[in-house]
Amino acid sequence: MSLFEIIGGFFLVLGSIFLFLGGLGIFRMPDVYNRLQAGTKATTLGAMSVIFGVGIIQLENDWTWIVKAMVILIFIAFSNPISSHALARAMYKGKTYPFIKSKDKDMDAYKEYIDNQKMEEE
Amino acid sequence: MQNLSLTNKLSNFIVNWVFLMLVWIAFTSSFATHELIVGALTTMVISYLSIRLFTCCTILIFCPVKIMYMIWYLVVFLIALINSNMDVARRVLSPSLPINPGIVKFKTKLTTNYSKMVLANSITLTPGTLTVDVVDDTFYVHWIDVKTTNPEEAYTEIAERFEKILLKIF
Repeated sequence: MSLFEIIGGFFLVLGSIFLFLGGLGIFRMPDVYNRLQAGTKATTLGAMSVIFGVGIIQLENDWTWIVKAMVILIFIAFSNPISSHALARAMYKGKTYPFIKSKDKDMDAYKEYIDNQKMEEE
Repeated sequence: MQNLSLTNKLSNFIVNWVFLMLVWIAFTSSFATHELIVGALTTMVISYLSIRLFTCCTILIFCPVKIMYMIWYLVVFLIALINSNMDVARRVLSPSLPINPGIVKFKTKLTTNYSKMVLANSITLTPGTLTVDVVDDTFYVHWIDVKTTNPEEAYTEIAERFEKILLKIF
């Protein structure tokens, strides 16, 4: 075992733990928005850490892997939040309203905006 | 499409060319002459065709102070990302599922579209928040553990630390 393999393996294990927690979050959360929250954050850091770990393990044979891994990391960091934002917005426009624990009407500020828009259309 | 002046076009062209060339070098990972020539020609054509499409940054983005702020922003962002994963882990693993979800809104001081996009993405990846929609300068944010529904307090809680740095970059 070389040093690169140990460090890279550490990142691989860390990434898979985060991915597992993300999966568990999707299983346990009550509605789509909370599931997106758990899913996005955990998969972003999980996937980033796994890809970075692979780059570090390959550092021994071929230095170009880590450069390509960094480019992929940047693409993941941009595309993951955008896709989850698009899903959340589409869900709200498709009339799936968020689960709200406390019976407080102010908790859903986006509803006002959607209602106003509907009034304008009519 | 907006009408761009010649200086704007030239500056967009050069910025796009430099960024695309960096991506090319990163993906090919070689400094062989033939690779670089093909890359330079391809990225030149692409950046000429996309002068009107990618207008995020002017040539001023290469100013050293801004690059320092970008690196500082990355550090702040990475710390927030790791924090948010700890937060998700804590919520998911505790048996009582400690959440109090809701959607809050706040106003931002940023003006350009690209800086708003970066702020929205950063908010999605910070602890307990998910951007649902951005309408002009109002952000609608789903918050997994709502502490306040007041827009100003929500702004200080969620966005202030990123916005301070973004205002200096863009």
